[in-house]
Amino acid sequence: MPPAKKPRSQLTRDDLLGLYRQIVLMMRFEERLLAESQAGNLRGSLHLAKGQEALPAGAGKALRPDDYLTMTYRGHGYALAKGVDLGRMAAEILGRRDGLCGGQGGKMHLFDPAHGLLGANGIVAGGIPTAVGAAWSSQHQGLGRVALTVFGDGAVNQGVAMESFNMAAVWKLPVIFLCENNLYAEMTPLGRSTAETDLAHRFAGFGMTTATFDGNDVLEVYDQVALAAAACRAGKGPVFLQAMTYRTCGHYQLDPGLGYRTKEEVAEWEAKSPAHRYAGWLTKEKHTDKAGLAKLESEALAAVDQAFSFALASPEPPVDKMLAGVFV
Amino acid sequence: MSVAGTLETLTFGQAVKAAIAEEMRRDERVVLLGEDVAHHGGMFQVTKGLIDEFGDERVLDTPISESGFIGMALGAALTGLRPVVELMFFDFSLVAMDQLFNQLAKTTAMSGGLPVPLVIRTQGGGYKGAAAQHSQMLEALFLHMPGLKVVAPSSPADAHGLLLSAIRDDNPVFFIEHKQLYAASGPVALGAEQPIGKAHVAREGSDVTIASYSYTLQQALQAADLLAADGVEAEVVDIRTLNPLDLDAVGASLCKTHHLVIAHEAHARCGFGADLAAQVQEKYFDELDAPVLRLCAADVPVPFAKNLEDAVLPSPDKIKSRVLECLGK
Repeated sequence: MPPAKKPRSQLTRDDLLGLYRQIVLMMRFEERLLAESQAGNLRGSLHLAKGQEALPAGAGKALRPDDYLTMTYRGHGYALAKGVDLGRMAAEILGRRDGLCGGQGGKMHLFDPAHGLLGANGIVAGGIPTAVGAAWSSQHQGLGRVALTVFGDGAVNQGVAMESFNMAAVWKLPVIFLCENNLYAEMTPLGRSTAETDLAHRFAGFGMTTATFDGNDVLEVYDQVALAAAACRAGKGPVFLQAMTYRTCGHYQLDPGLGYRTKEEVAEWEAKSPAHRYAGWLTKEKHTDKAGLAKLESEALAAVDQAFSFALASPEPPVDKMLAGVFV
Repeated sequence: MSVAGTLETLTFGQAVKAAIAEEMRRDERVVLLGEDVAHHGGMFQVTKGLIDEFGDERVLDTPISESGFIGMALGAALTGLRPVVELMFFDFSLVAMDQLFNQLAKTTAMSGGLPVPLVIRTQGGGYKGAAAQHSQMLEALFLHMPGLKVVAPSSPADAHGLLLSAIRDDNPVFFIEHKQLYAASGPVALGAEQPIGKAHVAREGSDVTIASYSYTLQQALQAADLLAADGVEAEVVDIRTLNPLDLDAVGASLCKTHHLVIAHEAHARCGFGADLAAQVQEKYFDELDAPVLRLCAADVPVPFAKNLEDAVLPSPDKIKSRVLECLGK
């Protein structure tokens, strides 16, 4: 029997270019967030995902619009790839009335159930069981939806992560555990906190299908998440995906990211950045040329500019509604 | 099978089960999960038999993973189900603090108003020799954190009616049962909701108000009988729902009696009584003829030996003494 074709073989040229646009959109969005932070328009800490853009782009493309998602405070790209409105997301991050959560959540607590987003989370691993519950709910109601929960390598040493893996495995729930292994849990290298650093090997013992792959290759991300989603929808139970990647910026906006890593190591990964690699592939395979890429980049920038114009024009949230109480 | 609309004599445990069954029949979105709730029927047999009527897709035994299954229930509540979670012991809530307080209690506020229709039932309290990690009443933690309704019934009728309301509520409700109450029986109007947020006068009196809830409320009623024999008429107010709090019901009684004793089994420091006393003096200071007194568990972990446990937990006699102290007798 010939090997099955990879899911990417189904992607059209528009799909392929759309993936590039999505990567660039996330980059421009996060660059703008950093600029707003430096200009004093954005409160609190800001956790960017520079260098990890292939993951949200590929995963978002592989999911259905009605699939569920929980994510971390480093999840802006996933929300964008899931179809969350750019302007309302920017408004939430800036603490404005027209934000996704009316300014009450902020960047660590983005919710948009209309696009399946059941919460970003400020607690490492805190949203993993939420995704398991959404997967159970989908299975129970026969909705055919998959839940994807994304977290870093630091999250796998939280007890609730392992409780969640076990529950999903024992009930064969349609949930994808997408672990972005960027080699550092905040500032601590994985090997200093974790004896078994091959996380796919470690969690295969939970009775889940696992895989490890290059998380900076957007088409590989698409393939892996698409295969995992298909397995989930076929009732085969959860999948644990270990995506190898690297955050080329610091843990948050005030961390230069070099106190615990060498310049050489960062530079080595910058050379493997998803946008750079994918742009090279697209032109080499003649799906587009430099002018075509430039057009996608200017489209992304225009979309970001428009989103922030909307967000900055939105007023502060009303105080009365918030103080009226926490119950619906 | 019990039929809605009829009046039956049920134990507290049966009244809880009848409410769950009623809601599961009425609304297919209601699902039940927790440790040993399905095949075993729960540690106190409250959910026994529900799996036979509703099947293992709606009545689910979970692993011993309190954080995991409470978080899972939140995910289910956000996606179309109305989970009823059993937390086997109140004490085990401490295992799941992040999911309870950072996740569940905050989701509606953080999201700008998403409904979270979810009930967590648990049972707490002492008097069984279960010692420090299986005897606690931890409601103060749940009251401190905005975002959860907190209910603590004292009778089968209230357990039934308040649980119906809790399951129909679009907010997360923490529903506190007491292990000493499960065998108590009383009349229950099947299918009759009791509103969350309303206290009620369990016994009328004119000399002093005793505010209480859960099992201690039953002790307060016994104390009132003892006091009556001494010529003191105590009014006993059953708070029933600790959040939202019906402060006006306490105030109305106080305007009659001008004396208030708050009795509960949880520890005194920063407990429900401390908060209620503060709210009462802020709003009803002029009605008070004496300081508000509290009768609570001593501020030590619940000990094992019977004489030691008795020394720590409330009793009708201790409540009576505190009332006489309040009245200067």
